[in-house]
Amino acid sequence: MSDAKRRSPAARRKKVRLTLVLCGTLFLAAATALTLSALQENVTFFFGPTEVTEGKVPQGATFRIGGLVEVGSCHIREDGVTREFRITDGSNAVLVTYAGLLPSLFRDGQGVVALGQLDTGHSTFVAKEVLAKHDETYMPTEVVEAMKRAGTWKGDESVAEIEASGTSDPCKAKA
Amino acid sequence: MIAELGHYALTLALGVALVQAILPMVGATRGDARWMAVAVPTALVQFALLMFAFLALMHAYVTSDFSVLNVVANSHSLKPMLYKISGVWGNHEGSLLLWVAVMALFGALVAIFGRNLPPGLKARTLSIQATITVGFLLFMVLTSNPFERVFPAPLEGRDLNPLLQDPGLAFHPPMLYIGYVGLSIVFSFACAALIEGKVDAAWARWVRPWTLLAWSFLTGGIALGSWWAYYELGWGGFWFWDPVENASFMPWLVATAMLHSAIVVEKRDTLKSWTILLAIIGFSLSLIGTFLVRSGVLTSVHAFASDPERGVFILMLLAVSIGGSFALYAWRAPSLSGGGLFRPISREGALVLNNLLLTTAAATVLLGTLYPLFLELLTNDKISVGPPFFNATFVPIMIPLFVALGVGPFLPWKRADLTPVLRLLITAFVFAVAVTVLAGIVIWGQQAYALLGIAVSAWLVGSVVTEIYRKIRPTRSIGFGQAFGRLLNLPRAAWGMSAAHFGIAIVVAGATGASLLTTERIEAVRIGETVEVAQFDFTLTSVTQVPGPNYMATRGEFTITPRDSGTDQSYILEAENRQFLSNGQVTTEAAIRSFSWYDLYAVLGEPAGQGRYTVRLYFKPLVPWMWAGTIFMVIGGFLSLSDRRLRVGAPKRSAAAPNATPPNAPSPSAHPAE
Repeated sequence: MSDAKRRSPAARRKKVRLTLVLCGTLFLAAATALTLSALQENVTFFFGPTEVTEGKVPQGATFRIGGLVEVGSCHIREDGVTREFRITDGSNAVLVTYAGLLPSLFRDGQGVVALGQLDTGHSTFVAKEVLAKHDETYMPTEVVEAMKRAGTWKGDESVAEIEASGTSDPCKAKA
Repeated sequence: MIAELGHYALTLALGVALVQAILPMVGATRGDARWMAVAVPTALVQFALLMFAFLALMHAYVTSDFSVLNVVANSHSLKPMLYKISGVWGNHEGSLLLWVAVMALFGALVAIFGRNLPPGLKARTLSIQATITVGFLLFMVLTSNPFERVFPAPLEGRDLNPLLQDPGLAFHPPMLYIGYVGLSIVFSFACAALIEGKVDAAWARWVRPWTLLAWSFLTGGIALGSWWAYYELGWGGFWFWDPVENASFMPWLVATAMLHSAIVVEKRDTLKSWTILLAIIGFSLSLIGTFLVRSGVLTSVHAFASDPERGVFILMLLAVSIGGSFALYAWRAPSLSGGGLFRPISREGALVLNNLLLTTAAATVLLGTLYPLFLELLTNDKISVGPPFFNATFVPIMIPLFVALGVGPFLPWKRADLTPVLRLLITAFVFAVAVTVLAGIVIWGQQAYALLGIAVSAWLVGSVVTEIYRKIRPTRSIGFGQAFGRLLNLPRAAWGMSAAHFGIAIVVAGATGASLLTTERIEAVRIGETVEVAQFDFTLTSVTQVPGPNYMATRGEFTITPRDSGTDQSYILEAENRQFLSNGQVTTEAAIRSFSWYDLYAVLGEPAGQGRYTVRLYFKPLVPWMWAGTIFMVIGGFLSLSDRRLRVGAPKRSAAAPNATPPNAPSPSAHPAE
């Protein structure tokens, strides 16, 4: 402290500024390190049903899958908790299971995105989360992209088509 | 007819805003008092016109005028009145109209209450405010006219998204907008100060109330949105790190930082260009948020319209205002002279640390929000960055902030010694340890991370109480009666700070309970069956059909009894599923009962076969504290705003000699006695 006292105000001001800049840089560096490591571990990729059936998903990865709920595919299993439905892009479909309540906007023919993993047999997608929190005319962009890649996207027509064929009923229990 | 008048008022407002943007600025440059004086009447007229336009649109909604396209798309004659009104801002065009109306409101407020502002600063501030408004008004008039007619007029409207028909959400957008847009006036002040080349203690004192006002509303708006998500989406979550949530959270973080750095400018005449930079960044983040939400680049419930033409326009607006202000900053900021000196361990140092941590946090949130966009542009990979990313980056930055927050308010200005301050805080530390140990016993076997949140929360509570105690009884010689008298005489700004910091403490506790200590059960039950959730028995007693005003509800009644209490007391919870008549959309109305220490939360699902219903039940400890905490923060903001010092105090530039410490608040100062 006595050191600083002897210096001129300009020099002291410089020192204060230097300290601030150093601290700031240090924080930014720490934050960057945190962010980079977090980005490596916590980013989830998106795949369409066709890519999943073609085996393009890395083993054991948590990812998001998106598409349309295949009309009439959804039902509740015996246990009363697990929902089962197929997500389709028009050419391929993947079976999805989810233990819990589906979002209230979930219904036949609706665009949907689910987060989870493939089970060990690589046939079923076990969802931790199902997102369909958009309005009834909304189509997630990922789903559109996936359908374009699968070659089944026909513009807004395809949405209208599916909507017309779908009932407004959500999941039903098996009789 | 009224709709046409509204449209006319909107267009007229554009003209008035243009005059307000140009004449006062030219006048200020030339030193022409009459040209500068144009700013005040134009600001008032512009506000009156936009308010008229806003009320005209509201009139169309209230009377269900289905010849207006906007009303057709977003309203329905059967809708309850509250949602007819909230429908006005529940869509793209209407929300923009609200945005410009609030911008004009802030301009008018400065025009009215800024009588003792130096004329040059006032003229420039109002001119810049009007310039931004011109941009938004052009956007509205050219691409998003809320008064567009439709012919022939349909008999019935398409209704507002039922998810948005909710009291919490009716007030969420206006509050959030007052916060968002309130930052625009701070931005205008900053740019005006840069043009003038003068930032001093008086400037900080003029700007701080506006920041406080915007911050308080932003806090309230974000909390309302979070509360809505908690009870309406039926997942029991309160924050999803959704890009749109982040869009409102980033300006909040920066505004919080600015609130603190402006104190340093005011008291110590230093950190000036940093504070200006924060003001610019804060509003820029508001604009970026608007762009992200409105352009449809990111999709979410909030994206009303994904129209590329609109996106490009907002992007241009963004480029001009952010680019322009940063260029101005780069050009003028070096001329701002530095002021008071301070050591790293001092009140200034603590506030700098606060600023560094808050802005770093805002930067990580920004990166997490934009990273998926960048990656998609570069590699075409679709990714999402979800809660795990933010938990891994945001939380580690917040913990040191909260620990330091416990110490900061005790440090004197200029230079401080940590030892006596830490000695003062021993009680708070012991309190935190005791609470943590106790909590550890109660939640034994659950998430150990939760203890960290509880420890931080208890530490902050201890520190806030110690801080008030130190203020009213700095030495032993002061008796308790006298100390009580001093308690009543504490300046409101001191109470404001304590309330806001206390609010943060209990928000931390609530968030910890909600995210780490919740018990969730998802089961299929028949009527009469019971599910155990933590220490409670949830019994589904009945499921009935109940008609609502514009929906049909399936109502499930749950009876809840505490298991080990020995009493017969029980609670009834009624959860509903509502099917809306206009479009068949279904919403979930969770049943929530709040107690002082926890929430009980029940959701009724669809029939699951064999006479069963799927139900989702929660025991959520500490969650009510989260909402109480945000109320404390908002109250803190308004208390501080009502402080005498800001109401009548110094806004006289002559009072603030450069480099002088303005007189501190009266005797009970925040300094420790040493």
